[in-house]
Amino acid sequence: MWSLFHKFGSPPWLYRLSGSILRWLLPITIIALVAGAVWGVLFTPPDFRQGNSYRIIYIHVPAAVVALAGYYVMAIAGAVSLIWRMKMADVAMRACAPIGATLTFIALVTGSIWGKPTWGTWWVWDARITSMLILFFLYLGVVALYEAYENKELAAKACAVLSLVGTVNIPIIYKSVDWWYSLHQPASIKFTGGTTIDPSMLYPLLLMIVAFYALFTCALLLNMRAEILQREQRTAWVRRLAGSGEPD
Amino acid sequence: MYFESMAAALQMDGHGAFVWSAYLITLGAIVLILYAPRRREKRFLRQLEGQIRRSGGKAPGAVKEV
Repeated sequence: MWSLFHKFGSPPWLYRLSGSILRWLLPITIIALVAGAVWGVLFTPPDFRQGNSYRIIYIHVPAAVVALAGYYVMAIAGAVSLIWRMKMADVAMRACAPIGATLTFIALVTGSIWGKPTWGTWWVWDARITSMLILFFLYLGVVALYEAYENKELAAKACAVLSLVGTVNIPIIYKSVDWWYSLHQPASIKFTGGTTIDPSMLYPLLLMIVAFYALFTCALLLNMRAEILQREQRTAWVRRLAGSGEPD
Repeated sequence: MYFESMAAALQMDGHGAFVWSAYLITLGAIVLILYAPRRREKRFLRQLEGQIRRSGGKAPGAVKEV
């Protein structure tokens, strides 16, 4: 266990491992995203109340689910970076922020587009949507805070603290539709039974959720690779890599 | 396919503009998060390669072996 932990702390090992994972994960992710989207948009029946506008669910829900999960990944990486001062955890934390911000942006924009034909408005300041907007600003805050510091060690500490403090927002987002009166519907998929979505619509949605998790992983690894190279630019292995002309 | 024609799929009984614009924006965002770090990595390696070549194979700055 500890040897694996140490291996994860090794930039060249992590760089090569991420390269070999991406070689198969990236094509599978793209195929799953295309298959899930085509299935959801063209091959499922319309919702009996919302008609065809509900088809936005196949990107809106996966983006929101993974944006929330991504925040936990960022906060855990931040905690590891703070406690064990592991540089690769710091790299992972920093890599999560722009991806999480983009996924939250997708969730907000597609939700807004979905809201217009369904609720008659693009935006409403209710608990779910406002707490998602706060999540978006938290992600952007981590990106901005890192850039604001000259001293990158200090920057990593500040970002780790911000991401840990921000975790308080995640259960609020999850529970917002139950705690407050909201235009946003409660969760359709529940682990504890009582899923309120027809299987013909559920399966493409599950495929898209898995595909978005894979997308997050791919983007995370790609961001980490770019970050590792920049941080390790003075080391011999990066210079050998640059000499060979192509990334590993 | 649920729709009878491609025109019907584009139209989606009046919801087409909402659904397709949401998917297009998402596609753009996905391309961005996958392409941007790849471009950053390649550009960095190219710059470093140029730097090494200009300094005659010797890298400016301290080089440590890992």
